Formats: sequence, C-alpha cells, structure tokens
Amino acid sequence: MYDPIHGINGEQRNIYIRDGFITTKPATSVRIDRNYDLNDMIIMAGAIDIHTHIGGGKVNIARMMLPEDHRGDPVARTAITRSGSGYTAPSTFATGYRYAEMGYTTCIEPAMLPANARHAHMEMADIPIIDKGAYALLGNDDFFLRMLASGKDRSLICDYVSWIINATKAIGIKVVNPGGISAFKFNQRKLDLDETNSHYGVTPRQILITLARAVRELGIPHPLHVHGCNLGVPGNLLTTLDTIRAAEGLPMHLAHIQFHSYGTEGDRKFSSGSAHIAEAVNANSNISIDVGQILFGQTVTASGDTMLQYAGHRHAHPNKWVIMDIECDAGCGVVPFKYRDKSFVNALQWTIGLELFLLVNDPWRIFLTTDHPNGAPFTSYPHLIRLLMDRSFRNDMLSTIHKQAAAVSILGSLDREYSLYEIAIMTRAAPARSLGLQNRGHLGAGAAADITVYKNLKNREAMFAKPVYVFKDGELVARNGKIIKVINGSTHILKPEYDKGIEKTLKNYFDKYHTMKLDHFKINDDEIVAHGNGNIIVQSCM
Amino acid sequence: MNSAKHPDKIHKEVPCPFCCLLCDDLVIQNRAGILKVRENGCSRAIAHYEQVQPEIQPTIKGKVVTLKDAILHISNILKSSQHPLFSGLGTDVGGLRSTLQLADKTGAIVDHMHSTGLTRNMLVLQDLGWMMTTLTEIKNHADLIVFAGTDAVSGYPRFFERFIWNKNALFNKNTGGRKVFYIGENLDTRPGISPDGQQPVTVQCKHEDIGEFIAILHATLAGDKVNLENLSGKRLKELKLLAYHLTNARYGVLVWAPGEMDFPHAELTIQALCEMVKFINRSTRFGCLSLGGNDGGVSAVNVSTWQSGYPLRVNFNNGYPEYDPSRFSTDNVLKNNEADALVWISSFDTNTRPPKADIPVILLATPATEPDFTPDVFIPVCTPGVDHAGYLFRTDSVVSLPLKQVRVSGYPSVKHILDCVSGLI
Ligand code: SF4
Ligand SMILES: [Zn+2]
Repeated sequence: MYDPIHGINGEQRNIYIRDGFITTKPATSVRIDRNYDLNDMIIMAGAIDIHTHIGGGKVNIARMMLPEDHRGDPVARTAITRSGSGYTAPSTFATGYRYAEMGYTTCIEPAMLPANARHAHMEMADIPIIDKGAYALLGNDDFFLRMLASGKDRSLICDYVSWIINATKAIGIKVVNPGGISAFKFNQRKLDLDETNSHYGVTPRQILITLARAVRELGIPHPLHVHGCNLGVPGNLLTTLDTIRAAEGLPMHLAHIQFHSYGTEGDRKFSSGSAHIAEAVNANSNISIDVGQILFGQTVTASGDTMLQYAGHRHAHPNKWVIMDIECDAGCGVVPFKYRDKSFVNALQWTIGLELFLLVNDPWRIFLTTDHPNGAPFTSYPHLIRLLMDRSFRNDMLSTIHKQAAAVSILGSLDREYSLYEIAIMTRAAPARSLGLQNRGHLGAGAAADITVYKNLKNREAMFAKPVYVFKDGELVARNGKIIKVINGSTHILKPEYDKGIEKTLKNYFDKYHTMKLDHFKINDDEIVAHGNGNIIVQSCM
Repeated sequence: MNSAKHPDKIHKEVPCPFCCLLCDDLVIQNRAGILKVRENGCSRAIAHYEQVQPEIQPTIKGKVVTLKDAILHISNILKSSQHPLFSGLGTDVGGLRSTLQLADKTGAIVDHMHSTGLTRNMLVLQDLGWMMTTLTEIKNHADLIVFAGTDAVSGYPRFFERFIWNKNALFNKNTGGRKVFYIGENLDTRPGISPDGQQPVTVQCKHEDIGEFIAILHATLAGDKVNLENLSGKRLKELKLLAYHLTNARYGVLVWAPGEMDFPHAELTIQALCEMVKFINRSTRFGCLSLGGNDGGVSAVNVSTWQSGYPLRVNFNNGYPEYDPSRFSTDNVLKNNEADALVWISSFDTNTRPPKADIPVILLATPATEPDFTPDVFIPVCTPGVDHAGYLFRTDSVVSLPLKQVRVSGYPSVKHILDCVSGLI
C-alpha cells in the first residue's frame, strides 16, 4: 500500500470498505461480503488530476472542429457504456470511462468561464464515474478589473470572488494571462507582468496579488491557479521568475509551467529554463506547479488565453483555429497542433518538461499533468509515468528525438527515477491536499473508497495503463482496464462566505450591461443534481 | 387533457425559448391557464405564449389512444426498426439528452430541423475556423456592425433593441453612434436607423453574390491588385466606404445567419466572411456572430457534440457515432431510404412541419401542430420554458439559460416520453 498522507510507503495492509467509504477493521462478528486478494499488488488511492480540460465551451469547440480526430478513434457502445469518439478531444462518456480505466477518480476542469459555467457543469454531468470540480476564471472580467482600477476595498473584492465561486459552483479560482485576455479585446497584442492593460490601467502583477490575497482571505484551500503571462514565448522564464516573486510569499499554483520555462539562448534563440525555474520552485515553498508535459503527436490546444492563442495560430496543424471574445468576461482560443520529435523546438519542450519533473525536489508541490489536451491527451499519463520512473527508458526515448535538442539538454545527465511513493504523492496525496478534498487521495478510515490496484509490472507504462481493479465510492467500476460498472461521480464545490450586499451592486450591473439576469447567471445546487451527475460535495474552507 | 389547476400569477424575468436570443426579461401573466405577455416580449413571443392550446389526445394512425398505449406503440415501432431517424429535435437540453440516449440504443441517425444552416457553419469551422464574439461583448463594445445576408430582426426580433441601440454600455459610450452596414437584398433595414436618425448603409446585393463582394473587399483591404473595372461607380463607392470603416473600427462585428443563406455552397460565402474578419484582426479587433439555431438548434449541436463528438447528422447504426454532414441530413436520409422509421420532435414552434415520408412517422409535437398527413403516432407535448423548466443554449453557443415553468400543462414532456420508450427497449 502506498498512502503518503499516512506515511505508508509500500507496506502490506488490509483495507475495509463499507458503504462506499474506507473503514477501520470491523468487529469479528461483522460478516464480510466480499474479499479481494491483493497480494503482490500495488494499492493506491484513486488518482486525481488537478488540471485537465474535460468540459465546457472550448473543449466542445475542439470536438466540433476535429471530426478527423474522432473518426480514427470511435468508441463503441456496450451493454453498460455509451458510445462516443475522440482521441485528443474525446466525448464526455469516453472521457469518464478512460480516466476511470486508468485508475483516476477525480478530475478538475481548470478553466470554467463564469459566463459558460452552466455549460461546463452540464457537460461534466455527462462524464460518468469520476468526481469533478472546476476553477472559475477571474482576472479578465470587466467587473473585477473595474473594481481593481477604481481601488475598491479588499473586502469588496473578496465578496465578489466568493460570490463567483458560489454562483458558478467552483472549487477554486484560476487566472489566465492576467488582464491579457481583456487587453486583447482592446487590441493589445502582448502584456508583460508590469505592463498596463490599456483600458483599465492595471497590470498583471496587481491582478495576481489581488486575487491571490482574496483566495487566501476567503480560506479557499487551493492556491490561486495561475496561467501566467507570455505563455509559449521564448524568454518567458524571466516572466515566470518575476511571477514567483510577485506572489510575495502567498500560496500560488503555476499551471503547465513547462510552457513558461523558455530561455533565448543558442543559435535558435530557444532554450531550456528548467534549471532556473526548478531552483526558484525549490526555494519558494509557497509555490506549487503542474508541468503540462508535451508528448509527441497530434493534439489540440484549448485555452482561455486568446492573446497568445491568436499569436500561435500560425502554427495550427491542421490549419484551422478559433478565437472567441466572451461576454466581457474572458475568451477562448482553440488551435490544433502536432508536436514532432524531429522538431528542435518541440523536442526541447519535451525535455524541458521532463527536466522540471526531475529537478523539482518536493513531489508535494509538483503535479503530473499534460494540461490535457494542450500538451498531450490524458491517456498518455502511463507513458509519462514510465518516463519518470525508468531512466533507461527515458534515455532510449531521448536518443530518438531531434539530435541537437537532445545534445543541448541536460536530461541525459539526470539520474533521478521517481519511486512509487513519489508517484502516489504527486498523483494522489498532493493534489487532494492542494484542493482541500478532505476524504480523497488517501486510504485512511473515513476516506471515500476510491482505490486503484495495479499489478507490480516492471513496465510501468503497462502497469499504470490498466489497473487490475478500480473502485469508485466502493464500487468496482473497472477491471484490467475495462469498465465493468458505470456509476455517477460527485461534483466538489466550495461555499465560501460573503456579504450578500454585493448582489445589489451586481444586480444593477447585470441589468445595465449584461445580456442575462443575475438570477439566471447563478447556478443552483439543484441544477447540478438535476443534471444527473450524482451529488454535490461541499468541501470546507480553511 | 389540459389540467384545470392553474395558479393565477405574474412571472417576472422569464427566459423566452422562442428564438435563440433567449431574452430573459419577459413578464408573463398566467390567468387561469391563459398566458399574456405583459412586458418585453416581441411579436413572436406574444404569438407563442398567447396561443390558445387545443385539448387533444395522443393518437395512433389518427385514433385516440392513451399516452401509455402511444408510448408502447412507439417502442414497438423502434424495436422493429433497423435504421430509425430522430429529427426535428425541437426540445431543450434534457430532451436532447434523452433523444441521444435512445438514438445510441436504437442505432439511429440524429439530425435537427434547422441543421441545414447550422451545418454550413460547421463546415467552415471544420475547414479553417473563425473568430467569434458574443452578445454581451457586442452590446458593450461594438462600434461597427455589418450584417451580411440578414437583417437580424426578421428571425431574431429584439436584436437591435437589446444589443445595438442599448443605452448603457461599458466601453462604447456612444452606442447611438454605432455604424450599421447591411449587405444583401430584401432586408428590413429600418431597425438599423439609430435613435437619433442616422441611416444605415445598405449594399444591395443578391445573397449568392455576397461571397464575391466580400472577396473583393478582402483583397482591397489586403492591398492586393483587384480588377475593379467591372464595378459600377456606386458599388465602388460602397466598397471604399466599407473598407474604410472596417479598418477604422475599434471593435467591429460581422453578423450572418446561416439559415438565411439558402443557396448552394453558401458555406463558402460564410467562409469568405470569416477569412476577411481574421484578416482585419491583424490590425484591429473584430468578431463574428452567427444568428441561428432556434428550436433548440444551438443546444442540439452542443449536446450532440459533447456526447458523440460530432455536431449532429450523426449515425449510431454501427454501434458508434459516424458523422457525415451531407449523407445524414434528414432530406438525404429520407430521399435515399436510409431510414425505416422517423421520430420528429418539435416542442416549441407550432408552425414546423414534419417531412412527409413513406415510413412510420412518430410525431412528438406541440398540440396545435397540424401535420398535413396522419402520422403513425402523434403525442402532443408540452413546451420547455412554458410548461416545464429546462435549459437552452443561446445563439452565441456560450451562454445557456435556465428555462422556467409559467403554466401547468397536462401534456407530457419530450424527455418523459423518450425516457419511457427507452425503458421499454
Ligand atoms: S427576440 Fe426571441 S427570445 Fe426575445 S422575446 Fe422575441 S422570440 Fe423571445
Ligand atoms: Zn490548461
């Protein structure tokens, strides 16, 4: 058993499940209905993905625009499962089945636009088995930027942030290119950390610190989830280092940091910033990251960052792309992309992600993601885990990529191999703790019985691709990588407190400027349950 | 069949399901089951809300039966069908979910009554993509609006009132000074006159010629050599005027309605519009808006996409979804005898007509619907947003609104019927 929250590192133990939860050893008089012999197997809690674009407007645009992606990957209906399709942007049912088949039991949609929140929840209602949650996007919405620009009181800003979490049924706050999505609507094409949004006169730095403070003051467990400025721009490692300083010691999560770790050295003016970034992450315990590893092949990038998705449209493959300005709230950009191992830049991106995994010391502060589907579809996680756990496999792969990229990378010199315990931390214990999911990510009494059991194979890719058993809420839902039972997961939300007075201001604002009424913008608990995705779990604020 | 229990009540902030603008400020009075639009409804909303519902029963081949028998008969037809077709699809998100579940189960083809227009858009999206915007963005930011092949108001009556001549705006402090252009023919351009009398500019042009005009405009903007000799002096002036305003807009918007571009390969015209807007965005900001997808059309595209991966015209016959935007259109499926049973769903508009077909036809439609043939089964259904709560997507495909119940109906919902049928199969 690997249960890092309880410090259990590969010990042999019994687990008892009762009514969907893990429980202590029952009295001898209690009849045990069923026994699973897990000798010689590896047992972990169900895995948790803290950053995966699984539901909402931009994912659906990605699906709509890529019939060619789906034709190659049809999912047939069975007696218990629905049909579907899609490799890089799978349909909702396929998303739920594939995650569950890999032993994942909770997934968080990282970019829920408040204006599109109802849609995101409706889609996630059709993602079966796994638990879901979402971060609400703020920091490019007119209401917030207006408050910030006019120097509104901190408590008012907190009320607004809290109101958004309540109204959109979110579990955290994300900011994407702070102020930059808005700036693009005013025809600004780039926005550095200390550059001002021309309309509001505020900087990304101000936005970041204001939101990070609000998140902390509201007691939201997950730190402000940041997709920083200058994504994908060579030289952005300096922006990222500045962003870490801009946090001023407050908790901050830097998403898909691989895309923010680029230098400008070398003939091609593109180099790895992994050493600097890892050093800064190691030195600043308030910072957590997820990697956003890229893996080679066709995928589609879907992001709220219209400014940089627009800039990146020239690399669209196939050549089609969508940019959308949304509701004075945010935006979205969808650009299909093919990562090639024989491209210098793509090969280096691959090494940069892996370098970051290996150079950041504390597995409690680094999470395994591909920023699905931006770096690669989530189904490539088992392959990625093997790259982390198996140095000779990694070096074999390194020898197949673009020669010069391999030559300039320090990857070959990094000996570190992740242990099963570290994998259990970064894919279970740490995400649960970071999200504030009280009864997920561990195997102690009281935890939901979300349990994944693997065969201890030397080939870690094969091992993590098809767990022997996956239990969700105590039900055996997958066996040897195949769904055998379909249930509905829950939606995790927060209900931080706020002064209801803010609704007066908001109602007036909605009546004047929006195109829907405030009451219709808000999502009720009942709606989420009525959509059919099981129940709501309200996690507590700190 | 109508229930006698009607609360007498004024309902405020009612979202209207009768076009894809989903105005949500209507005030509806319910007096003994008779609805009256008290505030904010357009003529279309009034016509629908205030229509008196006939009291009719489910029928099998014209003979009155119980709801239970009608449902049983539907399930029998579908059980013996090899290739059913579910079309019309005029229902809300809940009804669409149930439709897709049953379609998956029975190996059906799925299409929507307005998909001819919606598919034109999808072909553009799947070929080169686009740059879009949404209603709140337009209301607050736009300083130039170009309508190509549509006047908006004929299909979407409150468009100007709500999004163009609105008094309050966040960024554009002079909404009355918005420049309005029309390109097309037979358009009602009167709503384009600003509150203080500023006339819109209309480029008279057959709809099938819009694409060519846009291609010349795009080339002019790009500074390419264009042969303008064939253009009349008037056309040349319009071209230059439009080019000037497109370049100098701070936030321009281009609006089309795919359902109103009814000529062969209209998707190429839409694509020309989208490519021009992409080009303009190299120097200033501009976004597109598509108006279309009434009767749950936008919702159908979205639900079908997230559940199957494809935006309608999906065939589940092989056990997994297959997409062919031409072959699996309702017209082609019926013409090519690819279906042996048709389920036609239309729970909003009473004026929609199910297509005639030489196969068993199951009609789930509003009670006032008058098909010009006798369907095998007809179950009158209630309307989402009038008789029961639900959800619909708006024309911009971003915002979805919660529909309210303002009347108690004795008619079943589409979702209820399909879930019962599903349970029997
Ligand atoms: S414009 Fe459309 S949504 Fe608005 S009231 Fe009229 S029919 Fe209803
Ligand atoms: Zn992301």
